[in-house]
This record gives sequence, structure tokens and C-alpha cells, in this order.
Amino acid sequence: MISMGIVKPEYVGVSRIAGPIIVVDGVSGVSYDEVVEVITPSGEIRRGRVLDVGKGKAIVQVFEGTEGLSLSETRVRFLGEPLRVPVSMDMLGRVMNSLAEPIDGGPKPIVEDMRDVNGNPLNPMAREYPRDFIQTGISVIDGMCSLVRGQKLPIFSASGLPHNVLAAQIARQAKIAGEEDFYIVFAAMGIKHDEEAFFRKSFEEGGALKRTAMFINLAEDPTMERIITPRTALTLAEYLAFEQEAHVLVILTDMTNYCEALREVSASLEEVPSRKGYPGYMYSDLASIYERSGRVRGRNGSLTQMPILTMPNDDITHPIPDLTGYITEGQIVLDRELHNRGIYPPVNVLISLSRLMKDGIGKEKTREDHADVASQLYAAYAQCNELRSLASIIGEEALSQRDRAYLRFGDEFETRFINQGVDENRTIEETLNIAWDLLSILPKEELTRIHREYLDKYLKA
Amino acid sequence: MIGAQMYEMVMVGNERLKGEIIRIEKDHAVIQVYENTSGLKPGEEVIGTGLPLSVELGPGLIGNIFDGIERPLRALREKTGIFIRRGVNTPALSRDKEWYFTPKVKANAVVHGGDIIGTVKESELIEHKIMVPPNIQGRIIDIVGEGKYVVNEEIARVKVGDKIETLRMFQTWPVRRPRPYKRRLIPNSPLITGQRVIDTFFPIAKGGTASIPGGFGTGKTITQQQLAKWSDADVIIYVGCGERGNEMVDILITFPELSDPKSGRPLMERTILIANTSNMPVSAREASIYTAVTIGEYYRDMGYHVALMADSTSRWAEALREISGRLEEMPAEEGFPSYLPTRLGEFYERAGIVETLGSENREGSLSIIGAVSPPGGDFSEPVTTHTKRFTRVFWALDKELADARHYPAINWIQSYSEYIDNVSEWWSKNVSRDWRRYRSEAMKILQREDELKEIVKLVGPEALPDSQRLILEAAKMLRVAFLQQNALDPIDTYSTPIKQFKMLKMIIDFYDGARKIIERGVPIFKIMQLPVIAEMMRMKNEIPNDKVELLDKLYSRMKDSLLKLEESLK
Repeated sequence: MISMGIVKPEYVGVSRIAGPIIVVDGVSGVSYDEVVEVITPSGEIRRGRVLDVGKGKAIVQVFEGTEGLSLSETRVRFLGEPLRVPVSMDMLGRVMNSLAEPIDGGPKPIVEDMRDVNGNPLNPMAREYPRDFIQTGISVIDGMCSLVRGQKLPIFSASGLPHNVLAAQIARQAKIAGEEDFYIVFAAMGIKHDEEAFFRKSFEEGGALKRTAMFINLAEDPTMERIITPRTALTLAEYLAFEQEAHVLVILTDMTNYCEALREVSASLEEVPSRKGYPGYMYSDLASIYERSGRVRGRNGSLTQMPILTMPNDDITHPIPDLTGYITEGQIVLDRELHNRGIYPPVNVLISLSRLMKDGIGKEKTREDHADVASQLYAAYAQCNELRSLASIIGEEALSQRDRAYLRFGDEFETRFINQGVDENRTIEETLNIAWDLLSILPKEELTRIHREYLDKYLKA
Repeated sequence: MIGAQMYEMVMVGNERLKGEIIRIEKDHAVIQVYENTSGLKPGEEVIGTGLPLSVELGPGLIGNIFDGIERPLRALREKTGIFIRRGVNTPALSRDKEWYFTPKVKANAVVHGGDIIGTVKESELIEHKIMVPPNIQGRIIDIVGEGKYVVNEEIARVKVGDKIETLRMFQTWPVRRPRPYKRRLIPNSPLITGQRVIDTFFPIAKGGTASIPGGFGTGKTITQQQLAKWSDADVIIYVGCGERGNEMVDILITFPELSDPKSGRPLMERTILIANTSNMPVSAREASIYTAVTIGEYYRDMGYHVALMADSTSRWAEALREISGRLEEMPAEEGFPSYLPTRLGEFYERAGIVETLGSENREGSLSIIGAVSPPGGDFSEPVTTHTKRFTRVFWALDKELADARHYPAINWIQSYSEYIDNVSEWWSKNVSRDWRRYRSEAMKILQREDELKEIVKLVGPEALPDSQRLILEAAKMLRVAFLQQNALDPIDTYSTPIKQFKMLKMIIDFYDGARKIIERGVPIFKIMQLPVIAEMMRMKNEIPNDKVELLDKLYSRMKDSLLKLEESLK
């Protein structure tokens, strides 16, 4: 949806069409990043934006694609302002496309304001450090990579793994002690029909639909729109969080499709590619999305992001997860092997991490022993994994008693701590108590990462 | 663009966006704009300033936070709200704040560049020395008396030849030009960081350079922050270059609460932050490194020891790549411009310990510690390999160690320091003459463990003879009780050099003692059951820095236990 001001001059005919890109010659007064309307020979109006302007020449990216455009009969109108999208409380409970137009058959939501989709960088001075623990009810997340309000914590998954189920469970269960529920802003980029249906159903059943705004770009929808979808969603989320002072959880799925759209544009512009053909500015581009989370000093709201991406070929060093991991505050990594063994959620604890955990847990937030317990669980599970590979060569019998205790700890850790039901909602107390149960399998002198006072208090004889 | 100069600062368009000329051709110049250019149209005017991109240097830097081109973020927050808008020009140093100036020279005195004409108490920790700018030499005509002044007030006039120069409390300096000094000195004293793996194993000297490469999640930022917190430098400059906004806030919140181990004053009183987070304009990210290093040199010139932490230089290199790509320059490795190594070299060479300008023969240093974020954690990529050429300490962060939550995840096999010879004398004079011997003993044990691990993978540890199993146990003790250090534990977060040495000596002497009794037939499992071992494993977070005598007691208990064990088995 674009606000129409005074009538702008129309240019008839374009000089080049390549993939999603058109080049318009003989233009004047066009500015970088402004919105464009492209009128096809059949009269359909499509939207785009200016990627590059030179002397009398503008390069335009067409969101809905260039199918059906012709060199001579395409008309282009430059609207003189960057892309703006509407924001309002009324958009909660609604399903919309990438440009915030309703696609659920309902009336247009009331517009409270029109905002630039690109947003503006938050002044670091205006930020509040995120330190409020969010209980997701999932032991492996709450216990070992705790999420806090205002954090950006992605799920690194791969095709065939239950990232959608996990994200939906988090959206359903996420709670902060004594606070109202989160608003959920959901942006889908290039996902399949049934995935969208799954989320919609899950929000409906959990009663969350009325506090959810969904922005949908399906796999069959125009690729170029995907570049706008997360930005439209975040523009609303920022409005809800920093203006309406609500707590907002943004789920972006699937960032891999987004990055591929980005690569497509870059290739059409014949830019020098970086790794695997992705543009050299992908880090900055992703940062312009992920950094739009956080908290603002003196305001109540928060914007928490949970982007989901599928690692091509399960490869965590692929540029998409790699650059994401450098920007986000940790990552939750799903693992095919655990999944195949029937463990849900199949979180690979050792490579998962929450950078903001340290300040979100502890006395008066979760429990005094939380940090020590998490650290000890990591160390013990890492030790167990090392021993597992040794045991596979020399046999378990050749290991010492201490080492065998580690193996038993590892097995129980996976089946009792990581593993839980799709609807099972554990409190942080329950999570930590299971952890102490498991740690009691190990000899006490091995628990060097836990302060003595907590050992005395919590360790069962 | 006739008359335009290379690297001249310009104002672009109706909104007066800050930019810099980076290429001049026959009739046009290429400008790097430091702000978002959305909405900029061909035909808008460009105004030259005639000056290169410069920073303001004067009181008001300490405790403050700036963006990559030295715009004060605190002032911007008040002016433009929670988001950063473009085209807002605010001077870096407040023109309203008054500082109490105490003159140190009188009228008629002859002054040279670098001479101190007065002082200002900038914070409880930093006495700001108002210096004659480097290129001025002459006789003081007049100077104001003691009292309160704002930074741009005239405080002195100097007759330079036939001209009269006015001095204010601040000066400006072009960021891309290193500030001059009299001569370079050899860096011989360690920058004590309180981090055991750094100070004891891979030390950096004051005025030295170090790099910390590591994939995401390996702890670059935590390590940098630990160094910013505990280094015994006088001034800390922390650059968040293309990194997370929340990390800068973390520093802004925790530093005023933490106290400097030397003085007990809040750490913020010696810290300057430069924040160009990843969502701020890429071109200003390129400039942020130079802004920071210029400020660093300025405090060095006052005679301070300055440590600069840049997190992350890879983002800076990527900014270079992005700009180079837009200029359609021929790329070298992985799309980076061919001048990447030159730029890296120029940057790190601005570190050093020097005799400053000025008649006092002050000594000041600037140490640079740069984080590197190699894609996929692969150290063979261009930024890591070139950085290695220009830095003398390499702290390689290891994914496997980080996954096992062994922090700091500095890999002891891959890392190195070229300052060991330089700093040995300091250790032997201030801590112990045996420092170097114990250090190499420990390195040997860790090396041996690395070799033995290959065998253990095939046969298991139980199949090794006791003497070799002892090496494994001693190495484990070094790893867990010494190298691992918990940044979040109030005691363990910082270890004094003396505590570090006593801990190291304890482990090495335990190893020696145990080795001797094993040779005389004591089985290793008996040794490892000694209760004193559990105490040694916890000494790092149970014995505070001000009670190191407890380590001596523990040491004698360790010796006794070994002795008694041997006797009991006779």
C-alpha cells in the first residue's frame, strides 16, 4: 500500500529488462531507494524500488517480478519517497501480504501511521540492555540457552527437522513472570502452503491468533517481495514495541529464502559476488534486519526476534548461518542425529548458545545456581561426547568407572533433559531440578564448575 | 569538481550529509558518504570544506560514546530521539560544558609541539594535558589564568614567526594521518590483563599488537571486554565496528558499575567508546577504526598507556570491500581490494611505545588488539592471514574449546606471542626469576598431551603407562585449573601476576613431585585420589587475589600429601 500524493510524471518504455530488474532511461529527479509503480502492458500495477540512479538512468527492482513486461509498452511512475507501510494495533489478528495488504478477506485495517519500511538504526545510547528472562517451558532452551526479552536468537535448522513445531511451541508458551502475553509478529518468506497452515492452526488452537499479525510470502509468491516481507513485519513490530510499549516476539521464517532472493537481485545487477555467489554486503543487509530488535531505555516494550533458517546441506559454515551467527545473540542449532533418535526438540546443545543468558539468569531472575548448573551440564556433556567416540573404538568395558558414569549421564541428559513433549511446559524450577538429578550420576568431585554452597544445597546424596 | 582534494571532507546534498572524497577523475570526484543516502538525487549540491576528515581532540572524550565519525551519540539521542537520523551535525565535544583549566606555562615561555600548557581534570582517573599541537612552535604571548572555560574558548596565543596562533583546549587532527612522536622505544613491559592464558602464556607488551581471530560464538567479544575491563592501561578505547548494539549497551551499563583494580574508580572514567553498530552506515564503519586510533595516539601523546580494542576488524575489511566493489575496482582475494594488507599494516603500525613530542620526554604507548571474524571460522581467509603478518600476538580462538565451554577459548597450540623475550625481564624482576622456566615447563606438558591424545584415541588412557597418564592428568589440571577462567566469577575474572605465578608453580611442582614418586612405584590412581587435588582444582575461584598467602599454604599441603603418600606405601 502506497500513499498517493500529487500525480507524478510517467515514463513510457524501459531500456532493459533482466530478471527482476528494469532500467529506465531519460529520467530526472529520481532519488535512490524511492518507490516506483510499474504499469504492465495489460494495465496491472506492480511495485518496485530504485536500486541505483545515474545520469538520466534508474535501475528499478520490481517486487512482483517482470513477467509480461515489454520494453516499449511498460510505463513507470516514480513516487518520490521511500517505501512506506501502514502500522496499527488493528493489524493484530490479521493475515497480510508483504506490503501489509490484507489477504484474509477482511476489511483493510485502520491505519494509525505510515512508516518507512527500512526503519532507522536505533541509537546505541537509547538501548536498554536486555536482561529479563523469558520462560519458554523448554528445558534445553531455558536451562542452557536462555532467551531474554529484546534478544535476537535464531534457530538454525535443516530441511526435515522440526523447527516449525519448536517455533510454534515457543510462541505458545513464552512467558515472563507476572506479565501479559507477547504479541506475535510472524513473517513468512517463501515457505510452503502447509507450513503456513501449520502456523496458522497452531496460533488458532493456542488462542494466540488474535494477538498475532501474519505477513505471508509463500514459495509461489513473487521472490522479490521477500526482500520487503521481514522489513514490513519489523516496521509493525517496532511500532508495537517502542510506541505501544508492548512485548513483541517476531518470528521470521525462512531466512534462507530471503538470502536467496538477495542473491538473485545482486546477480541481476552483475555485482562482484562474495562467498557462494552471495553479495558482499549480505552481512550489513542481514544486520539491518536483525539489529531491529532490542529494548529502549525508558520505554516498556521489547522486540524479541526468533529468525528461522535452514542450513543448506546441514552446513553451519554456509554463508547464511555463518553471517547470521555473527550478528545474532547466539543460536539454537537443531541436529539431525538427535532427531533421528526421536529426541524432541533435537537441539545440539554444544553448538547452541545464548549470549545474553549471563545477565538474564541467576538469583531473583531464575535461581542462584542456574549459571553454574548450565556450565557444568555443558562441560559434562562435552566430556561424554568425547568418551563416546573413544568407547566406539576401544569398547565401553575398557573405560574407567568415572568415564562410564559420564556415558550414562549423557544418555539420560538426552532422554530426560533435552527430550520433552510438544505440549510439555516445564517451569525453570522443574528444569533445574532435572539437571541436579542428572548431575548426581557423576562423582561429586567432578562437579568443579559449581560453587560449593550450591553443591551442598541442591545435590542429592 | 575542480579544486577538490583527495580525502577532503564534503557536505553532500540538501541534508548536508558528511562525506569524504576518495577518488578524483578529470571532471568528477567520487565521494564516500558516511550516512544513509536514501532520497539523494542527482543534481543536489556538494560543498567542500577544504579539510581532510578530522576528529576533535580535547576534554570530554573520556566516558563518552561516539559513532564512527565522532558524532556524540549521547547528544544525538537528546536531539533526534531513539533512532539515529541523518544530516545532524553536532560537534564531538560539547561547546557548553565548562572545564577547570590550570595553566602550566607563563607568558613569554617558548613552546614546541607537544608541550603541555595546562591541565584539566577530565575524570577522577585522567588528568587531561592540554598540549601545543604538533606543528606549532613559538613564544606564548598570553595565557588565561586558572578557571572554568569551554573547549572552544581562546586560552592562549602563540607567536609563530610573524603569525599569531590561537590555542584552545581542543585541537583537530586528520584521522588518516598518524600523530608524530620523537622516537619509538622497544616494548618491554607487559600489558597486564589479569587473564592467565594471556599474561602467562601469550603476553602482549604495552605498545604491542595482538589479534583475536575466531568464528562466531568462540568468545571474541567477551575476551575483548575482559581486556577492556582489567588491562592495566590508563585509557581504554573500545571500538564496536560493525557489531551488535546490545554489546555497546552492555559496556555502557557494566563499566560505570565496575571498578578499576588499580584505583577502585569506575572503569568508565578511563574508557572511550566508538560505536558503529552493524546496522549503521557501512562507510562510517570504515572510518571508525581511524577515528579510534587517532584518539588513542592523542592520549598516548599525553604520556598515557592506551589500549585500543577493535571488535571486529573483519567488519572494517568488509566495509573496504563493499566500497571497493562499488568503485568497480579489480578485486584481489575473495573480493577484497588489493590494498587490504597495506591498510591493515598501516593501522597496526600506529601502535607502539614512544617518546612523545614535547620537552618533557614523556613516554606513552598505544597497544592495539583487533578481533577478526573469519567466515566459517577458517583462519586461512585473507583478513586473518594478513592480520597475522602485522600483529605480534596471535590468540587463536577455538571452536571445540568454546563448544566445551572452555573459556577463554584460546588454543594453546596454535597461539603465539613474540613478546616473551621482551617481557621476561619484567616478570623476573617483579614476580619471580623462575617465571620463564615454569612457563616453558607448562607448555611442554600441554604439547605432550596433544601428542598423547592421538594415541589415547586409539587405545584409551588406561592402556598408557603411569608416567604418561600423569602427563594427561597434569595437562588436564593446567587446562581446568589454570587456563580456564570464568569471566563471570567475581574472584576468577581477574588474577594478579603473583597469583598466576603461584598457581602455575603449584601445578608444575605437583607434576614434578608426582612424577618422582611414580618412578619409585606409587600408582597414579592413588595420587589422583588425594583430597588436595580437589582444592587445587578450585584455587582459582576460592582464593582471592588479596589472600595469595593461602596459595603458599595449599602448596605446602600439596607437598606434604605427596610425601605422606609415598611413605604410607613403603
